[in-house]
Order: sequence, then C-alpha cells, then structure tokens
Amino acid sequence: MKISIQQEDFDITHETQLLREANSNIGAIVTFSGLVRDLEGARKILSLTLEHYPGMTETSLEKIITEARSRWSIQDATVIHRIGEMKAEEQIVFVAVASLHRHDAFSACEFIMDYLKTRAPFWKKCRDESGESWVETKASDQEADERW
Amino acid sequence: MVFTMIAVHYFASIRENLGKEAETIELPEGVETVAQLIDHLIQHNGSTWSEVFTDNAVMIAVNHEMTDRSAVLSAGDEVAFFPPVTGG
Repeated sequence: MKISIQQEDFDITHETQLLREANSNIGAIVTFSGLVRDLEGARKILSLTLEHYPGMTETSLEKIITEARSRWSIQDATVIHRIGEMKAEEQIVFVAVASLHRHDAFSACEFIMDYLKTRAPFWKKCRDESGESWVETKASDQEADERW
Repeated sequence: MVFTMIAVHYFASIRENLGKEAETIELPEGVETVAQLIDHLIQHNGSTWSEVFTDNAVMIAVNHEMTDRSAVLSAGDEVAFFPPVTGG
C-alpha cells in the first residue's frame, strides 16, 4: 500500500510500473487520475490551493484502503494526493488498485475515490478573476459515498 | 488538582473565520464532551465563535478519528474542527 501526500506532480506510468514490480500474480491494474477543472459552473478557475490535516489525512486514507481490502479481493493500492497550489488542468489526485481480476480493481478504485471525497480531510480553495473562495461540498459526492 | 490539557486545531474556512489555527486548552471542571468544549469556547471567545459553531455542518475529529459532539474528551486528546471536506 502506498499513500503519498505531496506538493509535486506524479507520473501515472511510473506509479503503475511500481505496482507491477511490487506484485506478482496480478491480472489487472485500474487507475484513476483527477485533474483541476478549469471551469466550475460558469466560473473560470485560475488555480486551486489544497489544505489538509497532516496525520489524520494519512490515517483516513489507510482506513479507506483497508475497508476496500475487506470488501474486494485486491492485492495492492496506491493513493497520491497533491497539496498546495495547482493550476487548472494539472493533476491533483491518483488512485490505482491492483488485483487478480478486473472487477475487484474497478470497484475498489471507485470506492476509494468516493470515500476519499467525503472522508479524507482535504479542503480546496479556488481562485478565479474575482478572488478566492472555499469550494463547497457537492450533494452528489455524499450520494456517491452512501451507495457503497 | 488534575489539569486536563487538550490540543485544538482549526482548519480551512473555520480557521480563517476564527483567526486561529491551533491552541492548547485546559479543560475546566464540567467540560467533558466536545459539545461542552464548544460551549466553553463560545463563552470565552464571543459571537464569531457562536456563529461558526452554530453550523451543524462543522465536522469534528478527536485523535484523527471523525466523531460528533457527544464524544467524551480525555487529557492529551487532539480535537479538530473543520468544514465538510472537499478533496479529490
């Protein structure tokens, strides 16, 4: 299991390769990468600043991956979340799950991402032409969490 | 006399609205739960704090675990208050 909270960007190919090297007998790796949207509704977003709760962030991501392991047959998982300032269209989050069969990896990857959205202590502040404001939670994220 | 010290952290919009990032608090007698801690903080800090904590969306963690206002506090606990999370 790899959890990384970092300012710098990540390389999807490299992260996938690390999972392949660390695991034998896997038949699937499902990856998800999230990007900073350049439009939020009609607002043009210039940049995002990500704040988190050091210590609790890592603990909560560990718990989410452990929960995924108890629900699906998965061999390994990587979660990378960037913090600090990011510009529109940059990569912000990465989740990869390795398993023997694709179904487990697909489901676990989506589950980890849905739970991260509502349970990991990250906060986004976005800057547009009129200034800065904290991003509000979306009801659709809560619904996505609850369906699991 | 036993001193019950706890650490309190504030994040994101709550930190900005309160103008405070973290503090160490000695719990007075009778303050045993998060709800009582909130009342104590409001009493000592005034109306801005009252406005912030009236919002039921305020999330609470004790020792890095999400919990609610009924959680019981012990010496050495780390309590955090923050708005609903928006990562990902």
